[in-house]
Amino acid sequence: MTSGTAMRDIAVAAAALAILIAVPFLVHSPAFLDYIIRIAAMSLFATSLNLLVGGTGLVSFGHGMFYGLGAYAFALLMQRTQISLAAAAGCSLVISALVGLAVGAVCIRLRAIYFAFVTLAMQMLFYSIIITWQSLTGGDQGLQGGIPRRVLFGFDLNSQFHLYTVSAVVMVVGLLLLRHVSASPLGATLRMIRDNEPRTAFLGVTVWRAKLTAFVIAGVFASLGGILAALFVSGAYPELANWPISGQAIFAVMLGGVSTFLGPLAGAAILLALGDAVTRFTEYNGMVLGLVILFVTLGLRRGVLDVLTEALRRRRTGPAAGAAE
Amino acid sequence: MDLDALGRCVSTASCLVTQTTSGLIAGLLLFLVAAGLTLIFGVLKVVNFAHGTFYMLGGYIAFTTLQVTESYTLAVLAGGAAMAVFGIFFERALIARVYGQDVLMQLLVCYAVVLIFDDLVKMVWGADFLAMGMPPAFQVPPLFIAGGIVPPFYAVLIGIALVIAIALAASLSGTRAGKTVLAAAQNPTMVSALGVNTDRLFAVVFAIGAALAGLGGALAAPVRSLTPGMGFSVLIDSFIVTVIGGMGSIAGALLASVGVGLIRGFGTIGFPTFTDGLIYVAMIIVLLLRPTGLFGREVV
Repeated sequence: MTSGTAMRDIAVAAAALAILIAVPFLVHSPAFLDYIIRIAAMSLFATSLNLLVGGTGLVSFGHGMFYGLGAYAFALLMQRTQISLAAAAGCSLVISALVGLAVGAVCIRLRAIYFAFVTLAMQMLFYSIIITWQSLTGGDQGLQGGIPRRVLFGFDLNSQFHLYTVSAVVMVVGLLLLRHVSASPLGATLRMIRDNEPRTAFLGVTVWRAKLTAFVIAGVFASLGGILAALFVSGAYPELANWPISGQAIFAVMLGGVSTFLGPLAGAAILLALGDAVTRFTEYNGMVLGLVILFVTLGLRRGVLDVLTEALRRRRTGPAAGAAE
Repeated sequence: MDLDALGRCVSTASCLVTQTTSGLIAGLLLFLVAAGLTLIFGVLKVVNFAHGTFYMLGGYIAFTTLQVTESYTLAVLAGGAAMAVFGIFFERALIARVYGQDVLMQLLVCYAVVLIFDDLVKMVWGADFLAMGMPPAFQVPPLFIAGGIVPPFYAVLIGIALVIAIALAASLSGTRAGKTVLAAAQNPTMVSALGVNTDRLFAVVFAIGAALAGLGGALAAPVRSLTPGMGFSVLIDSFIVTVIGGMGSIAGALLASVGVGLIRGFGTIGFPTFTDGLIYVAMIIVLLLRPTGLFGREVV
């Protein structure tokens, strides 16, 4: 990675953060701030999944495990110990990294569709443990009673405005770090594995080590999203670890586009807005969502941002270049 | 966890018979659904995530047919036949567009169908649980085998499922059409070059797979309640079974289904809240020891 692109990324992130922090002063809508907080959690989750799906060619159906793990580890540490919020978040990330290492070591031995299903089985196993271990997790009721002592560096997270600001910062910094990973030599190695695994191995890359590193990094950032989700709902619930949460992340990734870094962010934003809008008009939101998915998959045949960037590139290079593709 | 209860059950004949029967029922019904899934994957190389929807629709169609005609035989046949037709339509209209594409693309197309039909079922049959009830012909006293209670309907179900399994295996390996299907699973391009209309073959295989799921749903309807979204747990179980058995292997699916059914049957006594967990653990162990399942070949 050249330092030029890194500087550009940092500048874009700083500008985005400035805009996000200005939003509450311009838009006086609690619902809109909630929407951005939910995007923060979902976008970290979806973008980390795309490090595996689009960045490494590892299709995980069980990424929601780490989202749920982050939420539960964080909520439990906050409820049961006296450590500060930052320390609890840090410990949750370390726990997620260790679990990611163990689960990843098992899963990356498998290929293609078997990898997808073993990750799903791992997530469902984790979900079964949550439901079964009632004394620790509250079973299917979840961890109720709220998250106490919600003060972080002078921010009182009981206030929506403060929670919003912290979420915005975490989202921008988290996405910047993930961007750094995908632009790093590791990111390039992962893309090489995606495109041609045997050749990568012949070039002297220890493929399993690169895949495992990607799996752990993706797990850690998914659990960062889970921590934001736990803060937002003030607790941890089994739904945060159940399979539909993985399905949502996959859909966000595909809806936004796998080949652009910000695709999953766009996908998360569209998916959440769509869900909110549809629920307001009809109880049959599954039907509307299903029709949208069919339109994207069979109509556009790729993510929204993929379509947009291609259209932009075509305009920039003239129609001839587009026709030559 | 209640290992005492499990030990007591295994050591008494009546409990052993009861749990084995319920495990076999669950396993063989699961096999019908999973056999369709693994057949479709083996030939078309598509993971049909909408397979649970066929199971659900088969159950609901059987429910309505039974109400209208009062014949359980007709209800089961209607459930299977309707899904065969639906399967052809689904394959031609949607799945044919995503052959050879990213598995995520196939997942999303199927997921869309699952969402749409869960809501359609909600509109037509309502969101509440529906109980089909035991067909009148089977409302008779249960059989007692070694002190264990076995309703006659269960015995019939096991018989029907076994007959379908044997018929499927025999027609695949013993008839010309079956051998063409097996050949297409190996090398569709070559089969197509030999003059077989593979498009039609794919549609027919999909229809058979869908019909098996529909039959599974219709047969299971009297012993389970119907609800929109009921396809999902069956789908997950079928995936576990196909993955444990090896994607594309019918024999593997049979072995794994019965295994999963028996884990369910006895797991409910020893580990009432962790039965699902046991099955995930079984799947993870199998995949670690044999990364392509018990009878699976390497897939691309």
